Amino acid sequence: MLTIKCPWCGDRDLTEFAAGGEGHIARPLEPATQSDAEWGDYIYTRKNTKGIHYERWMHAQGCRRWFNAVRDTVSDEFLAFYKTGEPAPKVEGDGS
Amino acid sequence: MSQSYRLESGGKIDRAKPLSFTFNGKSYGGYQGDTLASALIANGVKLVGRSFKYHRPRGFLSAGSDEPNAVVQLEEGAYTDPNTRATVVELYDGLKAASQNCWPSVNHDVGEINSLFARFLPAGFYYKTFMWPPKLWMWYEERIRHAAGMGVSPMESDPDKYENLYTHCDVLIAGGGPAGLAAALTAGRTGARVIIADEQDQMGGALLSSHDEIDGKPAMVWVEETLAELATMPEVRILPRTTVTGYYDYNWLTALEKVTDHKGPGNGGDSVRQRFWKIRAKQVVLATGAIERPLVFAENDRPGIMMASAVRTYINRYGVLPGKEILVFANNDSGYLTAIDAIKAGARVYVADVRANPQGDLVKQAEALGVKIYRNTAITGTRGRKAVTGAEVMELNEDGTDVVGSHYSIDCDIIAMAGGWNPTVHLFSQSRGKLRWDEAATMFVPKEGVAINPSRSVGCCNGTMNLGAVLAEGLGAGVRAARDAGFGDGSAPEAPTATIVAEEPVRAMWEVPCHGHKKKFHEFQNDSTSADLQLATREGMLSVEHTKRYTTTGMGTDQGKTSNVTGLGIMAAAQNRGIPAVGTTTFRPPYTPQAFGAITGQNRRELFEQNRTTSMQPWHESHGAVFEDVGDWKRPWYFPKPGESMHDAVQRECKATRDGVGIMDASTLGKIDIQGPDSLQLLEMLYTNAWAKLGIGRCRYGVMLNEHGMIFDDGVTTRLGENHFHMTTTTGGAARVMGWLEEWLQTEWPDMQVYCTSVTEQWAVATISGPRARALLSELTDIDLDVDSLPFMGMTEGNVAGVPARVYRISFTGEVAFEINVPQAHGLHLWETLMALGEKYDICPYGTETMHVLRAEKGFIIVGQDTDGTCTPMDVGMDWIVSKKKEDFLGKRSFSRSDNIKGNRKELVGLLTEDPKIVLPEGAHIAAETDPKPAMGKYTKAAGHVTSSYMTPNITGPDGEGRSIALAVLRNGQSRHGETITVPLMDGRMVKALVTEPIFFDKEGERTRG
Repeated sequence: MLTIKCPWCGDRDLTEFAAGGEGHIARPLEPATQSDAEWGDYIYTRKNTKGIHYERWMHAQGCRRWFNAVRDTVSDEFLAFYKTGEPAPKVEGDGS
Repeated sequence: MSQSYRLESGGKIDRAKPLSFTFNGKSYGGYQGDTLASALIANGVKLVGRSFKYHRPRGFLSAGSDEPNAVVQLEEGAYTDPNTRATVVELYDGLKAASQNCWPSVNHDVGEINSLFARFLPAGFYYKTFMWPPKLWMWYEERIRHAAGMGVSPMESDPDKYENLYTHCDVLIAGGGPAGLAAALTAGRTGARVIIADEQDQMGGALLSSHDEIDGKPAMVWVEETLAELATMPEVRILPRTTVTGYYDYNWLTALEKVTDHKGPGNGGDSVRQRFWKIRAKQVVLATGAIERPLVFAENDRPGIMMASAVRTYINRYGVLPGKEILVFANNDSGYLTAIDAIKAGARVYVADVRANPQGDLVKQAEALGVKIYRNTAITGTRGRKAVTGAEVMELNEDGTDVVGSHYSIDCDIIAMAGGWNPTVHLFSQSRGKLRWDEAATMFVPKEGVAINPSRSVGCCNGTMNLGAVLAEGLGAGVRAARDAGFGDGSAPEAPTATIVAEEPVRAMWEVPCHGHKKKFHEFQNDSTSADLQLATREGMLSVEHTKRYTTTGMGTDQGKTSNVTGLGIMAAAQNRGIPAVGTTTFRPPYTPQAFGAITGQNRRELFEQNRTTSMQPWHESHGAVFEDVGDWKRPWYFPKPGESMHDAVQRECKATRDGVGIMDASTLGKIDIQGPDSLQLLEMLYTNAWAKLGIGRCRYGVMLNEHGMIFDDGVTTRLGENHFHMTTTTGGAARVMGWLEEWLQTEWPDMQVYCTSVTEQWAVATISGPRARALLSELTDIDLDVDSLPFMGMTEGNVAGVPARVYRISFTGEVAFEINVPQAHGLHLWETLMALGEKYDICPYGTETMHVLRAEKGFIIVGQDTDGTCTPMDVGMDWIVSKKKEDFLGKRSFSRSDNIKGNRKELVGLLTEDPKIVLPEGAHIAAETDPKPAMGKYTKAAGHVTSSYMTPNITGPDGEGRSIALAVLRNGQSRHGETITVPLMDGRMVKALVTEPIFFDKEGERTRG
């Protein structure tokens, strides 16, 4: 079972968390001006990365705070955790 | 029968404690410290079961958890345990066991006839034979399963208790042999929190079965000294009878502790029978030992053909000499340890060694003791029907691919196979560690792990077979694991000296040649032979995973512990490539079988899942409510009177509510308290309609959409103050909506000052509905209930039944209705007061079913029943709730996506069946077109489906009695009102129904506002 480090609570078991999928997808500020393709990207298109993945988690059975993590989807190793709104840290092996 | 195979002395059994037990109804004796297997062998029992496919007689192969053959049905009735390995069952007084997979008995098994037809039962037999005709497969399968059945599951519920236990440690050590104990010792000395677990009842591992020496003393003295020192360390926990069964990510491991199994059923007192550990370890040391491999030679499955190490264990640990004449068949030196111990114990011993000219120390020792050694020799066949009585041996040719010369015969009652060793890499592999094939040692050994699972493999499971080196590895791994967990400096003490055996190399021989077509088993439980593997290769199975499934290799209860690598060797030869190229199958948890009871632990019956109940629950229960599960909640479904069916009760409740006053427990509705200066701004984004003009003390219905523009929840929100709102959600959607609000506030709109608090359980809610609701409520409140003072969709605060209350005029029934919210502690009081005062109004309690009928009469949707995640507000006829003025709200942009504007969408409609007594099944499809005699292969498309359907007394049919109503989603439904559609039913009927607008009762809504 994964160990996840909530930036607010520290190391906890995976079962306390809810996965929130790919991170850093901002809601367009003016949806009305978005083309169908742009809006479709926002609601549907995800990277499905093999390797370094920036993703969202929520400490559902704990402080209920959303935060971000960097995980290698191959090894399931977490490389970084950071709070919502903080810039994504650059990690080794990130090819993006 | 006396224990005629028991040695006069020796072994780690307690001869002062004799035990009696029965096997297949016959009584036997044994001693404390025996396993069921050792006691049976002591009594001369060799035939214990039948193989899975050919029902061939089978005996004991091993002395441990790798046993594929001696699987028995342990105990009877509720305590019965199928597929139990006799080799790991600790003997207790009164034990009862029986053979399985045989009928009528293990000695006379009808299924043995399969053996005669073996040439017609090749690998993949089931797939090839029983595939036609397809519809009969189910029939075949049932019979095959019966014929091939293993043990029998208990029919009663499990009388034993189990528990799950969670813990953390710095260093977890799996295995209590020399390597594990050495690691525990040095890790423990640093003060680290250490857990050491071993599947045996006592620590020592292989040392329990050997005559090894450490520092010039018997190795068990070192074991006892080590355990004594560990016992002084408060942070060290020693878990015997505990198998580490699973290794998961981030060093999360499971272990099964058999707490009282060894005492016999019902003798565990208050203790749990088994404890399932879930352990998070900072560091792991794997010291899981090695498992000996059989040799795949002709007719190698007769009872009495065992692993050489097992023979040695029975002699040294249990004081049992399994045979009088023992033939050891070896391809390496370790078989000579068995030969030496056997001849010392009084047996006549021969060794057939496939190596050309072995001359190692052990070989010489054995020869000096009088062991007759046949070098460069293979066993080419065996004799004996229910037990082996002899073997035929021949000389090998130079490259070991054939036998040459004449054969000669050796009489023997035991053949001990020493085919080399497989490091027990199961846990390491489960941790996603990679393996390396060591060609010289012919074994897979750990190569590298993944960073998230820091572990060290030590001793035999690391391919280190020499005791001195094993101890050194263990001592070193212990300190380094502790250091990496934050304890000590990582410096290891010097390893003690230990018995050193200069071993000559193993000669790999995955299949031993013979003349003629004789069966050579590499997997005993499932009767998989070398010929099966070769056939699979010829038929194109190259992947090891395919071959495994085709031949059932390694799919028995032992999961191929003895057979896998041997099978790989045969596959590699058949495919003419190396073993590493063939690869291994995936090792999956659990390492050994574990009872579902233990996994479930205490989480059963009322502890399985939480039951949420409202404060009115005692009244519901004492008044005969029938409950339904809504999310975690138990909600009254209907309140039957004596003799009433569900239909009777619901029809009565529906009528009573429309005619007088009904009362429902609405406490389960989700409630969220929203405060803060930006609350209004949040609501404007969450809901499709406009909220700015909502006055204080006024309520408004809203639907929430996801960003795809689809409805995912609805409810009424009330403005309590300028910046204070009370939101309600569906019962099942409460947590989802709360999460939705939190997600947007935290991730997209962190600047908004809004605070959301779930208050679902703070408020108890009684809803009274119907023409007499106002009169009833006015009797127990000081609130002015006049329609001008408290209009429809208004809210006010006051006292009801003497307690503070918020009264909302919200209606889900279409009647004048009051949702009376009181603090949770007053809920039952409120309910009982309403029921008592309501008596003279013929108040009628109703449940969720009547609520569903009444709201369907009004065409109010239930999100998740009438909608399914593909419905926009427009699809359900709620154009009016979508603001045209707001620039943005969640989901708005998706309305104009191509799929949402192309038309031909499924839209909510009402349905009235031509026959008013037919209640359409919910989920029934509406046919796009119907053909009474459709051609074969011609299918009609579904144009929609029925979402809600009920019989109601409140809408009358042509006969003046109640009739059925339904809601449905139908392609272009909103423009098809007045058409007749067809609903084909499962029973073949074609039901015609009129499409209507989705409302059946009080279309103008006058009753609601009254």
